[in-house]
Amino acid sequence: MLGKMKKNYELYLLILIPVAYFAIFKYWPMYGVQIAFKDFVASKGVWGSEWVGLEHFQRFFESYNFKQIVGNTLLLSLLNLAIAFPFPIIVAIMLNQLRQQKMKKFIQTTIYAPYFISTVVLVGMLFIFLSPTSGLVNHIVTAFGHEPIMFMGEEKWFRPLYIFSSVWQETGFASVIYLAALAGIDPHLHEAAVMDGASKWHRIRHIDLPGIAPTIIVLFIMAVGNLMNVGFEKAFLMQTDLNVATSEIIPTYVYKVGIQRAEYSFSAAIGLFNSVINLILLVIVNKTTKKISGKGLF
Amino acid sequence: MLKRKTKSDLVFDIINYLFLGCFTLMILYPLYFIVIASISDPNKIYSGDVWLLPQSITFDGYKRIFSDSSIWNGYKNSILYAVLNGIVSTTLVIMAAYPLSRKDFYGRNVIMTFFIITMFFNGGIIPTYLVVKDLHLMNSMWAVILPGAMDAFLIIIAKTFFEELPEELREAAAIDGARNLRYLWSVVLPLSKPIIAVLVLFAVVRQWNGFFDALIYLSDGEKFPLQLVLRNILIQSQPSGNMLMDIDNMLAKQRVTELIKFGVIIVSAVPLLALYPFLQRYFVKGVMVGSVKG
Repeated sequence: MLGKMKKNYELYLLILIPVAYFAIFKYWPMYGVQIAFKDFVASKGVWGSEWVGLEHFQRFFESYNFKQIVGNTLLLSLLNLAIAFPFPIIVAIMLNQLRQQKMKKFIQTTIYAPYFISTVVLVGMLFIFLSPTSGLVNHIVTAFGHEPIMFMGEEKWFRPLYIFSSVWQETGFASVIYLAALAGIDPHLHEAAVMDGASKWHRIRHIDLPGIAPTIIVLFIMAVGNLMNVGFEKAFLMQTDLNVATSEIIPTYVYKVGIQRAEYSFSAAIGLFNSVINLILLVIVNKTTKKISGKGLF
Repeated sequence: MLKRKTKSDLVFDIINYLFLGCFTLMILYPLYFIVIASISDPNKIYSGDVWLLPQSITFDGYKRIFSDSSIWNGYKNSILYAVLNGIVSTTLVIMAAYPLSRKDFYGRNVIMTFFIITMFFNGGIIPTYLVVKDLHLMNSMWAVILPGAMDAFLIIIAKTFFEELPEELREAAAIDGARNLRYLWSVVLPLSKPIIAVLVLFAVVRQWNGFFDALIYLSDGEKFPLQLVLRNILIQSQPSGNMLMDIDNMLAKQRVTELIKFGVIIVSAVPLLALYPFLQRYFVKGVMVGSVKG
């Protein structure tokens, strides 16, 4: 063993730098999470600050907006998962049925593009298109004789807009993965099915969907693993004083309390609460899918 | 090959074309609208006359954008950060992934686990913020580059690629007397252009589009990346003063602000648009490898 290590000593030197990077930028913050259980005072440092147990968690659970913030986070994530997750699967299956390669290529190239638009520009576009005075959407609304709608200023519009913009931005990119999985399905299966007189609907149901099921499961578990961190930047940018009742989610609240008000310990506790829920969700989903399909991520 | 068309398949094809047609249009139209609106008279945008073709073409918006230094400063910063992030991120990932890809690298499982744990649990915003503070990186460009420079996912992608290189290659190189680093430098890296392209593009796009690290770590406006400048203009409707200096009418100011918004979206998209052919080729590859192994 030592001989092996000696022979490859350069490789150890090489990996030392990324290991140090992870120690500093990933593990040091994990060590710092303990301030969630302490009363962090900058001059005393993480270690020297006093333990206060679960005080910050208790304060969060008892705060008047606890239910609202946790509810908003869960609702937004689950709605997003329910709508934005299946959509790329449908698009990929439909695209896969196109016979004209040029058309397929054109559509793919087009729907893929919004993925590279930054969150700032995406939300900027929402503000522009939905503006009550100059926005295109409200020009259409008023053309039908309605009053202009304050899309970015009404709480009920926050979630639909959030999800719609996710579908708009991410469908093309996500569908690429499913398309690759579809391309990997043995074409003989389709040929045989056609011989037996199976229609396109039948082939999608009995060949395509089972064929990409493993990919769907992996991506589903990964999506759930990110459920509670979903799209913080977008929610943050879409937030206005008027829609805060629906747009305040745990991460935006952590930002407000932690960075703007510098209540480090309290906000670290909220952040930790979020991570723990996330981890629990991930483990549950992984276990459940393992039971149902025999396949899990870990 | 599959030529027989039944009635139900015909119905399917019609629905399919309608569905994909509508969806593609829904993606394409907003982008097209931004282009035509950016060269239209802002009064015509306000009245709703611009929807298919540009009206009363004017380049006033672009002139104002080009005359403003905050945008160009943001541009310059973003390019600098993106290039640095591309270099730092790619180098770090390769340094981690190559040793881990070697079966004779003793301890690879332990180190891999050390990396992978961070995919499931992280310290979160505030503890990371305090680390950056402790490192005295506040208001430094490294605060924008380093904390997000790499993660375990990228290591998995690169490691998978390296593992597919034939073992005989290394044996042959060893016979020629090439030691580990020499082999990595002159044999592995030249063969790894696709994965290097993936890593560089991931890093560049992430940096170009990101704004949050800059928002919390940078206080000096001179160091702001483009996305922060854009946020002021697009979301807070506050273009920098000298873009609108010559207009005193409130209403006209509002309208020109709208025009400027369309223009900056285009201007900020140019670099990624130029990279789009590469993005198409390599992003997919990267994600594929990652999702299969991830």
